[in-house]
Amino acid sequence: MTATVTCDYAKVQSILDGHGNDPARLISILQAVQAEYRYLPEEALAYVAEALNLPPARVYGVATFYAHFALEPKGRHVVKLCDGTACHVRGSMPILEAIRKRLGLTGEKVTTDDMAFTVETVSCLGACGLAPAVVIDEEVHGQVTPEQAVTLIEAIIEKDKEASHV
Amino acid sequence: MCNCATPGNRSNATAVQTVDLNQVKDAYTQAASVCSRRIVICAGTGCMANGAMKVFDAFHIALQEQGVRVLTAIDPDEPAQASEADEMVLHLSKSGCQGFCQMGPLVSIEPDGILYTLVRADDVADIVGETILKGALVDRLLYRDPQTRQVCRGPEEIAFYKRQTRQVLKMCGAIDPENIAEYISLGGYSAARRAYLMMSPETVCEEITESGLRGRGGGGFPTGHKWELTRVQPGPKKYVICNGDEGDPGAFMDRSVMEGAPHSVIEGMMIAARGIGADEGYIYVRMEYPLAVARVRRAVTDAEAAGILGDDLFGSGLNFRLHVMEGAGAFVCGEETALIASIEGKRGMPKPKPPFPAERGLWDKPTVINNVETLATVPIILREGAKALRGIGMPNSPGTKTFALTGHVANTGLIETPFGATLRQIVYEIGGGVLNDAGAPDPRGFKAVQIGGPSGGCLTPDHLDLTLDYDALRDVGAMVGSGGLVVMNQDTCMVSVARFFMQFTQNESCGKCVLCREGTRQMLALLDDIMEGTATEETLDLLKKLAIAVQKGSLCGLGKTAPSPVLSTLHYFRDEYEAHVRDKKCPAGQCKALADPEILADRCVGCTACARKCPVGAIQGYRKEAHVIDVAKCVKCGVCAETCKFDAIIGV
Ligand SMILES: Cc1cc2nc3c(=O)[nH]c(=O)nc-3n(C[C@H](O)[C@H](O)[C@H](O)COP(=O)(O)O)c2cc1C
Ligand code: FES
Repeated sequence: MTATVTCDYAKVQSILDGHGNDPARLISILQAVQAEYRYLPEEALAYVAEALNLPPARVYGVATFYAHFALEPKGRHVVKLCDGTACHVRGSMPILEAIRKRLGLTGEKVTTDDMAFTVETVSCLGACGLAPAVVIDEEVHGQVTPEQAVTLIEAIIEKDKEASHV
Repeated sequence: MCNCATPGNRSNATAVQTVDLNQVKDAYTQAASVCSRRIVICAGTGCMANGAMKVFDAFHIALQEQGVRVLTAIDPDEPAQASEADEMVLHLSKSGCQGFCQMGPLVSIEPDGILYTLVRADDVADIVGETILKGALVDRLLYRDPQTRQVCRGPEEIAFYKRQTRQVLKMCGAIDPENIAEYISLGGYSAARRAYLMMSPETVCEEITESGLRGRGGGGFPTGHKWELTRVQPGPKKYVICNGDEGDPGAFMDRSVMEGAPHSVIEGMMIAARGIGADEGYIYVRMEYPLAVARVRRAVTDAEAAGILGDDLFGSGLNFRLHVMEGAGAFVCGEETALIASIEGKRGMPKPKPPFPAERGLWDKPTVINNVETLATVPIILREGAKALRGIGMPNSPGTKTFALTGHVANTGLIETPFGATLRQIVYEIGGGVLNDAGAPDPRGFKAVQIGGPSGGCLTPDHLDLTLDYDALRDVGAMVGSGGLVVMNQDTCMVSVARFFMQFTQNESCGKCVLCREGTRQMLALLDDIMEGTATEETLDLLKKLAIAVQKGSLCGLGKTAPSPVLSTLHYFRDEYEAHVRDKKCPAGQCKALADPEILADRCVGCTACARKCPVGAIQGYRKEAHVIDVAKCVKCGVCAETCKFDAIIGV
């Protein structure tokens, strides 16, 4: 299954209108577009550039500069493993390895073929007091062990399976 | 004494009524007085992750079951009336981070001064039954000092809190961050009011200069001086920016302040705006901090609704509008010129300075940019006087500093001490000592404490009594930085720590200047060689040379400071680097490529488990006889050591 979203320009336009079609607010606009599609579809970028009267290179340049922007579709569940200093010294790497192994992912391949999971590392979630920390779908889990991380992932897989049976 | 602002012409009659702070304060105090007790659930990120919201809900239910009337918000506009039928009315509220993250979820009960730790939803019935209804303590939920075994009733008896001086964090963890009236009831916005009605821009800048406040964002630049430089710039349009990007991985002080006391940051910005003559401001918050973004947004909206932010502040005729912007995940955007570019909707690339933002900042207008903690300290100075700040800390670094204490230490969390506290006080008294990899107290003490994140350096046990302030730290090749303190135990490989930071800065280099972009990449490659065992002693010299070149030749602070962790570990732990390159050994046993696995014949019982697990068949041996590893075949994956139940395999 490939997830090419054909862009609904009306939605993009309403985001642009919500930001007053102001080129200075490009970053906020792209954030809103990404919140809508979970990534930045190429057509949406082109549309934004045209609407704001900016060179496409400028919009593309901003989209590629910031780590938060994704040009590829992300999975339905996003696992963010903290590899900030505090988490690193308390052993975040074995957790990453365990999660990747369970999902058959690597440093290059970050999204599962069924588009269920994307696994990424981030530098510091600001939950260092709970190191090592992992955020799954916006929920922070602290003092995680590799085994617990795999259990969390499996619980989500189970839940998805049940949901698809209903 | 002061040049009072002349009230401007109020052109439209429907302008928001100017807020009467005293009235809000009295109304809040009155509304809160119906409650005999207050239960505060820490809703900082740490406690939330440990289930604080479940505890909150459990309290709500349990109290209602007992017929206790619960108020979850004190609204001075619609105060709750105590009726005859209520035997007891309680205030149940959430707070920002209370700091003792390791022990969360935390529940404090006021005015009793009780702090319960590691509270689960199941514990709530006991707290309600014993403490709320009978006034007794639930011993098992009290903190027990690991050294003295003493049970502590509350913060006043807990070493972690006792040794701190909480000024900026005082409200964080006590008040309801989403209730502007409570902030006002504690004197909030009175400093801003004073600045707008009773002080001139000059006197605002003077008072901040006199306090000796230095920027908490890393550089330690005198804040009053920065404001004065901006104040004297001509032109009607100026900006104030709050830097809430907090990029140092391993730091969360600014996050906690934004989440726990967002109004103190807004008040600080209003005062800065008055000092320099700005009428517009931005709070730039890291996108990784969704709760901080939400709390700051809410605080701005509430302050506008209360008539505190917006037009005609306190009837002065002056305006201040505040915008909140979320970052998009780039460390370099913490650098002030890059942050400005980012607000302008561009790639966050730093610009050469001068011109400094004070002359040409946001949209080329004079701009003051300050760190969250700096701004949160400002109202305290105006409320308590410049001398009060000077009364604590060091002559050249007055006041307090918050630190995020993390890593291999018993009490991780958010702390605040006067400048000039020593590492010994922080790690051993507040932090409760060092932990080994298994999480047990480690009598060997720490190997290093990393301060200042990827721009900082490390401190060693030789620095235990060094006073932590801007100048003392700079002298030993480290820096206060944002305030991340990462404690590392004896089993930490310092080369790998240096590599960790190098990878971070290499990743985050914006790519604009060659030395930073290519230099960090090459340094990373050299560190990899060292860890893989392919380096020689010359590599160390080359690494050092390159580090100095990057330091000298980079445009912005990112590149200039990126080599610091390497230079500082090379300086203090040269022997560890040498062991890697000369003996091809990692003294901490962490570098996989240098592992030297061995099976201890006297421990091996010949269970064959390791031989079966080894992915490359490098382990040989008969059942019930000691096994051996063929080091030539071994890929040093470590599976055998993990498998062995008898701890017979070492060195991997
Ligand atoms: C690479 C880099 C990252 C920075 N990150 C931050 C940051 O996250 N937060 C911050 O307040 N200052 C950061 N700074 C410092 C800012 O450039 C600026 O000096 C600071 O915000 C000024 O505020 P202050 O005077 O109140 O400290 C960073 C600087 C550099 C070079
Ligand atoms: S280092 Fe992981 S949350 Fe800060």
